[in-house]
Amino acid sequence: MKIMVCPLNGPRPVSEFAYGGEVRKSPDPDTCSDAEWSAYVFNRTGSPGVKYEWWCHIASGFWFIASRDTARDVVLATFPAEVVRRGLPPAPPGATP
Amino acid sequence: MFTRHDALKQGYDVVIIGAGGHGLASAYYLARDHGIRNIAVLEKGYIGGGNTGRNTTIIRSNYLTPEGVKFYDESVRLWQDLGEDFDLNLFYSTRGHYTLAHTDAAMRTMRWRAEVNKHFGVRSEAVDAAFVKRAIPSIDMSCGGHAPILGALFHEPGAIARHDAVAWGYGRGADRRGVEIHQQTEVTGIRLAGGKVVGVETTRGPIATSRVLCAVAGHTPRILDMVDLHTPIYVHPLQAMVSEPVKAWLDPIIVSGSLHVYVSQTARGELVMGASLDPYELHQSRSTLDFVEGLSSHMLDMFPFLSEVKVNRQWAGLSDMTPDFAPIMGVTPVEGFFLDAGWGTWGFKATPVCGKTISHTVATGRNHPLIEGFTLERFARYQLTGEKGAASVGH
Repeated sequence: MKIMVCPLNGPRPVSEFAYGGEVRKSPDPDTCSDAEWSAYVFNRTGSPGVKYEWWCHIASGFWFIASRDTARDVVLATFPAEVVRRGLPPAPPGATP
Repeated sequence: MFTRHDALKQGYDVVIIGAGGHGLASAYYLARDHGIRNIAVLEKGYIGGGNTGRNTTIIRSNYLTPEGVKFYDESVRLWQDLGEDFDLNLFYSTRGHYTLAHTDAAMRTMRWRAEVNKHFGVRSEAVDAAFVKRAIPSIDMSCGGHAPILGALFHEPGAIARHDAVAWGYGRGADRRGVEIHQQTEVTGIRLAGGKVVGVETTRGPIATSRVLCAVAGHTPRILDMVDLHTPIYVHPLQAMVSEPVKAWLDPIIVSGSLHVYVSQTARGELVMGASLDPYELHQSRSTLDFVEGLSSHMLDMFPFLSEVKVNRQWAGLSDMTPDFAPIMGVTPVEGFFLDAGWGTWGFKATPVCGKTISHTVATGRNHPLIEGFTLERFARYQLTGEKGAASVGH
């Protein structure tokens, strides 16, 4: 992966972007158990696969979502951050299991 | 050097996944110290072909937490007579290790580490700029003008060793004691019954066993999926490179956290160099030009006279990182499933002590006292073992 398509700025060199980790849903801190909360704070999906991730175009400070195959290092699609509120799309075609 | 076994047996007392340094050291001490010899070590590639053969071979114990200092100090002690133990030359070479400080904040951390180290009897000292210049006359103390060296943490026992030989030594020692090492044998599943390990599925057929040790570095999450264990481990590549061989000029090991460099010179004259982790998750050992350019430019900040020296090779390994930069070791909620993981960028130096403590843990079913600070359950208790300040470079 050398070029990433930013939803705002179009294709840019990957060195202009910062990785922000997998998109994850926070449990409700008022109702969840201590175990659920610590699992949310620390645990990660460690194995390879297609993941939705936060990325930032550093030069413009624009945060967005990328769907990336972490085994092959291929970005399958990028979306503006609203998709997190609207609901993430299903895994795109070309995903390796 | 190793016995070739044509077929797997139906069952073993212990199955170790991963024939790297850690897995083979565990097999070696299980056989030598605990009398457990009916062991299969399963390796999907070849012996020592993972991070054992990809690291930059630095051995040190100048850590930050009491748990870390005691653990790595025991490892340094075990390294001393390992070559004789194996009857194999490990090229273990004590060089002294300098962690350069370019800021006041870094100097404070060096003093902190020096005091913790001395408290546990580890030889580390915070030294000033003049001391550094005397020890490494060829260094540009201003680092190109933008990162002047204020001092360093000097760790006298810092050493390097030949990493492949470590895997071969442990492997041969285990092999001679009856341990079976099966290369080209991939684990495809782990069978559980009532929350206990009962067997392992492999590409060469099933095996019955009640104890499995997972020692697979960057492949750990894939094995954990097989037993449905969730951990904080995340995987990033770590790259390294070596120069062409040049006349011996660099005796100590030099680390700069601010410049993201660690470098030593091998017995045959190559400079072995490493930097920080790649910036995002990836399960691939590809190399990048960005890495060579960035690391070379920082090397030249410290040693401008190297500008004509060529880079011969570069490579990468998969680092299983943890949030506190300490490993995850010992028993797990799955009975019979033991972890030696979370070794991120800091695992090679710990090879002997991991073998010692994990073999004890597998043999007795209880965590060795030296690894109490490294258990998986520390995260649920929010009791982290913060070693990030002792990582060789800021990751």
